[in-house]
Amino acid sequence: MDRREAIQRVTALLGGFALAGNSGLLTAVERAHARVISRAQAGTFTAQDIALLDEIGDTILPETKTPGAKAAHVGAFMAVMVTDTYEEREQGIFRDGLKALSDGGFMTATPAQRLARLEQLDREQKAYMDARERGAPAHYFRLMKELTLLGYFTSEIGCTQAQRYEEAPGRFEPCVPYTPGETAWAGHA
Amino acid sequence: MQAQNYDAIVVGSGISGGWAAKELTEKGLRVLLLERGKNIEHVKDYVNATKGPWEYLHRGRRTRAMEAAYPVLKRDYPLNETNLDWWASDQESPYTEVKRFDWYRGYHVGGRSLMWGRQSYRHSDFDFEANGREGIGVDWPIRYKDISPWYDHVERHAGISGSKEGMPQLPDGQFQPPMPLNCGEELIAGRLKQHFGGQRRIIPGRPANATLALPGRSPCQYRNACALGCPYGGYFSTQSSTLPAAVATGRLTLKPFAIVTEVLFDRDKKRATGVRVLDAVTDQTTDYSARIIFLCASTLNSTWLLLRSATNVWPGGLGSSSGVLGQNLMDHHFRVGASGRIEGLNDKYYTGRRPTGFYIPRYRNLFGDKREYLRGFGYQGGASRQGWQRAVAELGVGGAFKDEMAQPGAWTIGGTAFGEMLPNPANRVTIDPNKKDKWGLPVLAIDCATGENERLMRKDMMNDMAESLEAAGVKDVRTNDGGYWPGMGIHEMGTARMGKDPKTSVLNAHNQVWDAPNVFVTDGSCMASAACVNPSLTYMALTARAADFAVNELKRNNL
Repeated sequence: MDRREAIQRVTALLGGFALAGNSGLLTAVERAHARVISRAQAGTFTAQDIALLDEIGDTILPETKTPGAKAAHVGAFMAVMVTDTYEEREQGIFRDGLKALSDGGFMTATPAQRLARLEQLDREQKAYMDARERGAPAHYFRLMKELTLLGYFTSEIGCTQAQRYEEAPGRFEPCVPYTPGETAWAGHA
Repeated sequence: MQAQNYDAIVVGSGISGGWAAKELTEKGLRVLLLERGKNIEHVKDYVNATKGPWEYLHRGRRTRAMEAAYPVLKRDYPLNETNLDWWASDQESPYTEVKRFDWYRGYHVGGRSLMWGRQSYRHSDFDFEANGREGIGVDWPIRYKDISPWYDHVERHAGISGSKEGMPQLPDGQFQPPMPLNCGEELIAGRLKQHFGGQRRIIPGRPANATLALPGRSPCQYRNACALGCPYGGYFSTQSSTLPAAVATGRLTLKPFAIVTEVLFDRDKKRATGVRVLDAVTDQTTDYSARIIFLCASTLNSTWLLLRSATNVWPGGLGSSSGVLGQNLMDHHFRVGASGRIEGLNDKYYTGRRPTGFYIPRYRNLFGDKREYLRGFGYQGGASRQGWQRAVAELGVGGAFKDEMAQPGAWTIGGTAFGEMLPNPANRVTIDPNKKDKWGLPVLAIDCATGENERLMRKDMMNDMAESLEAAGVKDVRTNDGGYWPGMGIHEMGTARMGKDPKTSVLNAHNQVWDAPNVFVTDGSCMASAACVNPSLTYMALTARAADFAVNELKRNNL
């Protein structure tokens, strides 16, 4: 959205209502859309690690009629989140899992082999997590799946293409018809 | 150079202080509004307001570095990536926890009015009469009829949306049209009303979100991003509502970075003469004088200021002659309830993000119901269709899984109880002389815990919600208790209570300090009991009422 669009959109939403501090509103809108989020802070994850994470993510959430997880850069997102938000123990679990997948030849496997491998891992993690004692470590594939889902469905692609996103809906309709196949409304930040 | 003499000084610019500034300036007074933190300009400084989730490096989530920098804030949701800048720094402004107390503060112009939950409910006479009837704490010196016109007054300006329900325990107000229940809530509300004969009812929440335009403000745009600041002025905040009104009079001086270190008191005249201000940036001290002073610094901060003031007259501080200053700290205990799945309605959805949910008004210990504890609780909740988050715990990978998870899931519904906490003199704050904040002020020590009444009430708070949902046909009902420590409700109340007797209360029926009649305390510290409803609307009404009284008293030369 460029500045002109931003102005038109905001003006339309205000219904022509003159708002005090209007110029300030435009500044805020412009600033929000000018911001580029840095993806350089990936800790000690290498480019190869991120490429592998992209492929794992893209196997969990591949391109369908909407782009997949790799297009939404979930590999880099996972690296940032593991580095900045995980405790040491979870970081170790995640990295060991990544190494296991790498050693198992995930990068050179065919798409069908990758899917089969992750389906097996998914069953493993689900069985483990459902039976897990409180405080016991998480399964590495649960961590990967969780970060892939978060990274994808909160990405611009995930919000605006895989789901529907309106920054300012301007209306609340409490009960509307729904037809299966229609996508969900994405949340605001 | 800024003037040092005013008609009135207001300490604090949050919900209460904004109202004091508006009312006093509109009644002709020249007002100095002091705020300890930085300025946040309406719209211009809402830098994150329109960002999408993808515009945050961690998508709004917290990092370990943030947790290290905010050892208290990290205990609950306020620690996040989207509005961290609006929560006070635990490191700059520490306090002493005799027992665990979670204190979440907003130190900037507007205070917590920028980030508040906006639920706005009136107290009723069940609340104002409870202390006196049960012999708990002290009787409120006012009744519903005293505050009712002031609720009217503040609701009209603030913009409260809600439905008229005719429930005596939750009086109706001057509402804008309600934000309606969605189909899931409507279905369950109908069954609940039928099953419990109207005793338990789901009604639309009453948020301070406008559904009609107000002067200078657009109605809510259903973004549900209020805590980032609203570029439309869709919800009540100091910035959107009271500050522009005060500024429009031409009689307001707003001074950010102004930490009030003490109220100056003349022992011969028995009046406050002004306040001493420490500049938060330059550390310079300046005295400002005024005929009346309104303390609206937030519950614990107004009391902290009183404890530091006039200690040459009363060692325990201004307002301490009663012996109860600092005592009877309250909050609402919560984080307990139940949730479940609604069958059907698969062909129904909603559009727009409503910034509120439903409310179940109190029904316990009312209308003949009698429990083993005193008082009661209300529920805040909502129904919605599940989003992609459900995918984490579900089995599945691949394209079909992805496309399914991009669609809305089952309808779920849940409610969280907010319970009344009784006043208890053992729950108190004092000055800790051994710890200082960034500016050298000895910090508050907070000693507060819930008691037996809250423990007993909490069982009902959890089980009643499950019982209600099951009675209304909700499936897979599960109870939850996330644990509660005082302060988590961010509804601190008491410590400078109103009362009828200067021997047992700090403030009189008009929020005047008994020991200094030109000092008014109108934020949550004045509360004699907590009720179970969200308190901010009551602070607004009490502030407007006290401002009216103060100006009339000034005119009569009684101050």
